[in-house]
Amino acid sequence: MTNPIPWNDSGLMEEVRQRSGTRVSACFQCHKCSTGCPIGPDMDILPSQIMRLVHLGAENEVLGSHAIWLCASCEACTTRCPMAIDIAGVMDALRIMAVDRGTVLPDARGKQFHRSFLGSVRRHGRVYEVGMMAAYKMRTFDLFSDVDKVPRMLAQGKLSLLPNRSDSVKQVREIFRRAKEEDRKP
Amino acid sequence: MKYAFFPGCSLESTARAFDLSTRAVCRALGIALEEIPDWACCGSTPAHASSDSLAVALPAFNLQKAQAAGLPVMVACASCYARLRTANHRIRNNPEDRRRAERITGRPYDGGIEVRHVLDVLVNHLGMDEIRARVSRPLGGLKVACYYGCLLTRPPEIVAFDDAEHPTCMDELVTAAGATAVEWPFKTECCGASLSMTHSGVVGRLAHKLLSMARSAGADLLVVACPLCQVNLDLRQADAAKAHGALRPTPVLYVTQLLGLALGLPPEDLGLDAAAVGYAGGKS
Ligand code: SF4
Ligand code: SF4
Repeated sequence: MTNPIPWNDSGLMEEVRQRSGTRVSACFQCHKCSTGCPIGPDMDILPSQIMRLVHLGAENEVLGSHAIWLCASCEACTTRCPMAIDIAGVMDALRIMAVDRGTVLPDARGKQFHRSFLGSVRRHGRVYEVGMMAAYKMRTFDLFSDVDKVPRMLAQGKLSLLPNRSDSVKQVREIFRRAKEEDRKP
Repeated sequence: MKYAFFPGCSLESTARAFDLSTRAVCRALGIALEEIPDWACCGSTPAHASSDSLAVALPAFNLQKAQAAGLPVMVACASCYARLRTANHRIRNNPEDRRRAERITGRPYDGGIEVRHVLDVLVNHLGMDEIRARVSRPLGGLKVACYYGCLLTRPPEIVAFDDAEHPTCMDELVTAAGATAVEWPFKTECCGASLSMTHSGVVGRLAHKLLSMARSAGADLLVVACPLCQVNLDLRQADAAKAHGALRPTPVLYVTQLLGLALGLPPEDLGLDAAAVGYAGGKS
């Protein structure tokens, strides 16, 4: 009889451990993380199922999931896991791995939002919301959602048309450059 | 009592009311704040979801500046607070994280700076007796749901100054302000705000759940201590009602705004005109 489950090896689990500093191997599938996840109803694969798929080395399923981009980083799972697994940290590691590997994402909005946000920080040292939102909308062609809220926010001084630059911007750019080098180190 | 203040990007824009009211309340209570000079963004969720190095280095850069001023740090935004605490925790406990942060920022830093949230400073440093003694205009039994959200208490071994599942510090402040803190079950349920730009439908569902639960627990309004929670719950009420059923318009105030009113500070000093769902200072 041949084993029908594709079992690569523990490579995926080991890489997740290195990147997140947490041991997915300790997960015993109690599903407490999934039960308390506020986004669970919207996810294609629940957090506990992600842990199981990492055990199984099912890289394509995990890195190609909607779930890793829907995770809101609320840390409810990490706080409640009886095995002290940092599930939110695993979600971060998986997002980074998906981008690193050039995985075709089922939904690129999360990645584009992170790029737009960090681009703004690199340029100004702080988030310039109007510029960041415009960059995000251009990247995703999502031009009209939430624009109804803009005039009122401008009127109340909650959005500024000009960037609020930090005088540390040169140092911030240097930090971005060196962080990229550090991330590339094995 | 003096702190280096890290406002964070939201407090310069969408959360101006949190900035104004935090500074006004601290001034009134004798807590001196010195803004960290030329602070930079903490990186927020986009940093920790894209680059582990950036997630440690951006907070470290800001904490080094506070160290130069020789002051502990006070943060208002719950998300910045979680980022600064998490980076500090890693730098203190993991020599490799420390070396990496130092290589990236080009300066030494051992994680020694203390980082506290404004609620922690008010309740645990200044103390409730002091605050109760300064309340000059009690709020007459106004019913308030205290919404802590996710990042103020999680994960507890890194950020929490209060119970992770059943925090009470805002309830204490609201009670001292002469209002009634209602019991409700969603104090620490996440509102999904980091998905605000990307998945507004999901966020609308969560906002609807929170607002309708607060109302059925009898609350007239919500208080929050996070810019993301405030914008999300305040601004999405009409959309959430359209998608998930009727909602009574519910003011969502920063806890510092409510406390400021009870301390007798003028509403214009507290940014009370800056919400989508207005609050006139009485029952709603
Ligand atoms: S709570 Fe922890 S042990 Fe339980 S299923 Fe989730 S990750 Fe596994
Ligand atoms: S951190 Fe992510 S996976 Fe964990 S409970 Fe929150 S949304 Fe769910």
